[in-house]
Amino acid sequence: MIPHPFEYHRAGSLEEASRLLGELGEDAKVLAGGQSLIPLMKLRLARPSSLVDLNHVPRTAYIEQRDGHLRIGAMTRHAAIEESPAAARIPILHDCAGGIADAQVRNMGTIGGSVAEADPHGDWAPVLMALGAEVETIGPGGARTVPISQFITDAFTTVLGPAELVREVRVPAPGERCAGAFIAFKRCAPVYPTASAAVQVRMLDEDFCEDASVVLGCVGLTPVVAGEAAAALRGQAITPHAIERAAEAAMAAADPQPDLRGSVDYKRLLVRVLARRALLAALARARGESVEVSHEYVGR
Amino acid sequence: MSAASSRVRLRITVNGTPRELEIEPRRLLVEVLREDLDLTGTHIGCDTTFCGACTVLLNGRNIKSCTVLAVQADGGEVTTVEGLEKEGKLDPVQEAFADCHGLQCGYCTPGFLMSTHALLARNPHPTAEQIRKGVAGNTCRCTGYQNIFKAVRAAAGGAEK
Repeated sequence: MIPHPFEYHRAGSLEEASRLLGELGEDAKVLAGGQSLIPLMKLRLARPSSLVDLNHVPRTAYIEQRDGHLRIGAMTRHAAIEESPAAARIPILHDCAGGIADAQVRNMGTIGGSVAEADPHGDWAPVLMALGAEVETIGPGGARTVPISQFITDAFTTVLGPAELVREVRVPAPGERCAGAFIAFKRCAPVYPTASAAVQVRMLDEDFCEDASVVLGCVGLTPVVAGEAAAALRGQAITPHAIERAAEAAMAAADPQPDLRGSVDYKRLLVRVLARRALLAALARARGESVEVSHEYVGR
Repeated sequence: MSAASSRVRLRITVNGTPRELEIEPRRLLVEVLREDLDLTGTHIGCDTTFCGACTVLLNGRNIKSCTVLAVQADGGEVTTVEGLEKEGKLDPVQEAFADCHGLQCGYCTPGFLMSTHALLARNPHPTAEQIRKGVAGNTCRCTGYQNIFKAVRAAAGGAEK
């Protein structure tokens, strides 16, 4: 399958890419890793008149710790985050990066492309929302910083203007006694998950939770902030009962669509299990235990 | 630099040989390898980013060449299955797949060989789970996975974990 012809523009900088997008009009698309866009173009579900290629723009793939934030350049590939010692200090990032699709896709796909695409089944958005991350954009009006929770407004829709691009994803360094975990379930490696859960907690001590965030993926048009689930943990002693109440509340917050991945009832039950497991992993990490979680699938 | 034109210049190093081509920007890497460079060892399977038959190494990392525009690889180094054999001798991963009968019809094999290379380059002694995860982006429709698993383990020096 061969994409429809397009005009090819190789940007030398993100500023130049923005200028090109402004000149070329709304039929132009940005090419980052291409792991979603190229399949769409091959199926001719996308037929951009022009592509602005970011793959050769220098200094857009980096992971840096600076000013209390982990700064991840838009063109940073998932695999680079998976292998980054700096990112490993925030284990929930590693949970996500290491399980997106398969090794081949992780070697091409980028975090900037993922958040800009805003696919409801994407992996990064729920994780970044649980962490309170921000997106820095660059466009004709200069740079601006938008919380990820406001950045994604609907399925496949963000606040990005037609000539605006993602420059950086900024994750605030979690403080003391903070920990998180992300678990997604998918049928096999290359496909999008059926559901996912990202949990971040701040503990006072081993038992008492000061703050919590629970965000669900794939079960709404945008990531679902399960406020009631967080409320079941915040300011509470974490008992098995509290964990179960939080998992139940996560299930209640899920608003999935039935599709080939499963029925509504199945996905809601799956959310309860994933939220519980992610919470247990986050709590174990908060106690200083080393726990490995990521995407789960048959044959792993 | 900005270059908008119907054809663009592509400079890639394939299996150690520098190549220079003029291509339409919409051409996929797998097509350039197979059609322009006659390297038909890299297969097109599903053509939808699923099966991994088209897997090659780009700058040492395994990628699905049906889902990469050739222009994305410009300036890079590509290794295809044809680049594994050295002076008429199969490389150790190929030997292991042959010894363990890690193939049935063989259509998926080039992709599995390249993913195994990428896995072992970064993790020379993978655990069983790391092996399964490392080649999870490759599909064998004959379902010969047990022998493929044994072949990867043998290529890794037979480490049993």
